[in-house]
Amino acid sequence: MAIPLIYNVRSVRQRWVSAIVAVVGIAGTVAVFVAMLALASGFRATLVASGAAENAIVRRAGASSEMESLITLDQVRVIENAPGVRRDERGPLASAEAVVVAAFPLAATGTDANVQVRGTSPRAFAVRPAVRIVAGRAFEPGLAELVVGRNASRAYAGLGLGSRVRFGGGDWTVVGVFDASGSAFDSELWCDANVLNQVFQRPQNIFQSMTVRLTSADALSQFKDAVTADPRLTVQVDREVEYYEKQSRQLTRLITVLGTFIALVMGIGAVFAALNTMYSAVAQRGREIATMRALGFAGAAVVVSFLVESLLIALAGGLLGCVLVLPLNGLTTGTINWQTFSHLSFAFRVTPSLLLTGVGFSLLMGVIGGLPPALRAARLPVAAALREL
Amino acid sequence: MVRVDGEDGAETLIRVRNLDKRYQRGSEEIHVLQGLNLDVGRGEFVAFMGPSGSGKTTLLNLLGGLDVPSAGSITVDGDELTRMSAAKLTRWRARHVGFIFQMYNLLPVLTAFGNVELPLLLTRLDRAQRRRQVETALALVGLADRMDHFPRQLSGGQEQRVAIARAIVADPSFLLCDEPTGDLDRASAGEILDLLTALAREYGKTILMVTHDPRAAERADCVLHLDKGVLVEAAGEAARA
Ligand SMILES: Nc1ncnc2c1ncn2[C@@H]1O[C@H](COP(=O)(O)OP(=O)(O)OP(=O)(O)O)[C@@H](O)[C@H]1O
Ligand SMILES: [Mg+2]
Repeated sequence: MAIPLIYNVRSVRQRWVSAIVAVVGIAGTVAVFVAMLALASGFRATLVASGAAENAIVRRAGASSEMESLITLDQVRVIENAPGVRRDERGPLASAEAVVVAAFPLAATGTDANVQVRGTSPRAFAVRPAVRIVAGRAFEPGLAELVVGRNASRAYAGLGLGSRVRFGGGDWTVVGVFDASGSAFDSELWCDANVLNQVFQRPQNIFQSMTVRLTSADALSQFKDAVTADPRLTVQVDREVEYYEKQSRQLTRLITVLGTFIALVMGIGAVFAALNTMYSAVAQRGREIATMRALGFAGAAVVVSFLVESLLIALAGGLLGCVLVLPLNGLTTGTINWQTFSHLSFAFRVTPSLLLTGVGFSLLMGVIGGLPPALRAARLPVAAALREL
Repeated sequence: MVRVDGEDGAETLIRVRNLDKRYQRGSEEIHVLQGLNLDVGRGEFVAFMGPSGSGKTTLLNLLGGLDVPSAGSITVDGDELTRMSAAKLTRWRARHVGFIFQMYNLLPVLTAFGNVELPLLLTRLDRAQRRRQVETALALVGLADRMDHFPRQLSGGQEQRVAIARAIVADPSFLLCDEPTGDLDRASAGEILDLLTALAREYGKTILMVTHDPRAAERADCVLHLDKGVLVEAAGEAARA
């Protein structure tokens, strides 16, 4: 049987000053690691929330994002009448959209950041029921009116309800604020697509993407098959969620890789702190170790015991790190969406599974920092160690 | 019967033949034990004396399987220690040896109960059986009421009694005591010696004890001197004293 756990718990408690450096080091590492993962997770969640399973987004074949895509009005007519598109008394639920990027000063710093301006059809709110006007009203077709996403209205100076703003060679009035349920649309400005094309002196009746609401989530393949088989169209169709999930992938991966790299570098420091703590524990307790060996505890029991002790320290660090990072949950931050080069607000998402990952990482540090000292403890020559005072 | 001449007698528990132990210190070799012989019968209480550095601790460490000899053999109850692997020797120690050290060597973070329970964690006894046995051992050394005390809350004599309880709790074949009273005042030392004597006389324990103290040695059935790497019987000296 093993050396009792209480031996390690009390030993750590008795020498907590020596353990504190390792605990703090591991806590800091775990906090940074989880914070980076929470950043990636929040970013991803925001983009993924932008898509609905019942929606399909249509782009020109080969266009990796809306920005590079192009769809003509003739094509729009074909697509909105394709099978699988939901209709109501006002016709098909489809929105042909044009997007541009415009610079506005950030409220916090006064420096300019890019905002994505989305020209939509008046049916855009029907296509995306998650987007709701919460103040003012929707834009009138044909007028230079803007509705502003919740995060955008907060993040930028001069986008309040009723404000007049000048961009793209036109004067616009902010007539409404919408809530897009925490999705990427919350960072956008919406207006009439035809007005947008006019103001930006783009050719009329040219759009960049088209989003349709399907009769059901299962109708995608029916719609997709019909649209891609049509000789008048050269388009690609994605489920909207998947489109946004794909958009989030690059930055999510970058943050995750970067976060892991930083955590590894910090982790090396924390492992050295743990090694130091555990080596000194072994050095100070040579006679105790030798006594247990004399009583008949096997070398393996000593290894396990000191490993457990290191894991206890690591666990304390891991839990502390989680506590430190928890207040970040829900904190809003912003980044550039690299697919569209526009500013995107999103919140840190500290999920239970990320916390578990953080604790797992701390235990990994505990094993790496604890194993060499534990092996040294087991290899201690018993007779010599018993002579120590 | 205790013998040091290497002649085979009946009824020996511990049989040591031509035991050699050398230590290497830098380029210098120290030849501590030089062909030592010893036979100890079951239930015997033997004291070892000898000047500092004569190799008493070295001998006890070899007998207890904590160290390996340079040459020679140690047989306990038919088991030849020098033939055992390190892992087997560890298991053998747990079953057969009870150690009592000069500095008690209790684990400071465990209570008296926790310390005495340690050897039982290596047996198959369940929790309740362990508790009963620990309580019996602590009662035997007169510390039933100090079970939940930590070593720092005990006097030196009490600590050594806890150590004795720990040494006997798993009922080993023999006890090895290295200067068990070396760090105690006279009264506490007397109590410890009374306890060891009782263990030998009333409970038939085999005890091998190293001591510098003639008063301790005289409690033993037999006093052996370690001299130039071998054991000699103390008869001559006893006669002179
Ligand atoms: N690990 C070792 N390496 C080298 N020399 C050692 C080692 N252990 C013991 N010695 C030497 O072996 C000799 C015998 O030591 P030992 O501790 O057995 O003597 P002792 O009789 O117990 O002495 P004391 O009465 O002081 O406890 C001493 O000279 C000691 O310095
Ligand atoms: Mg000694």
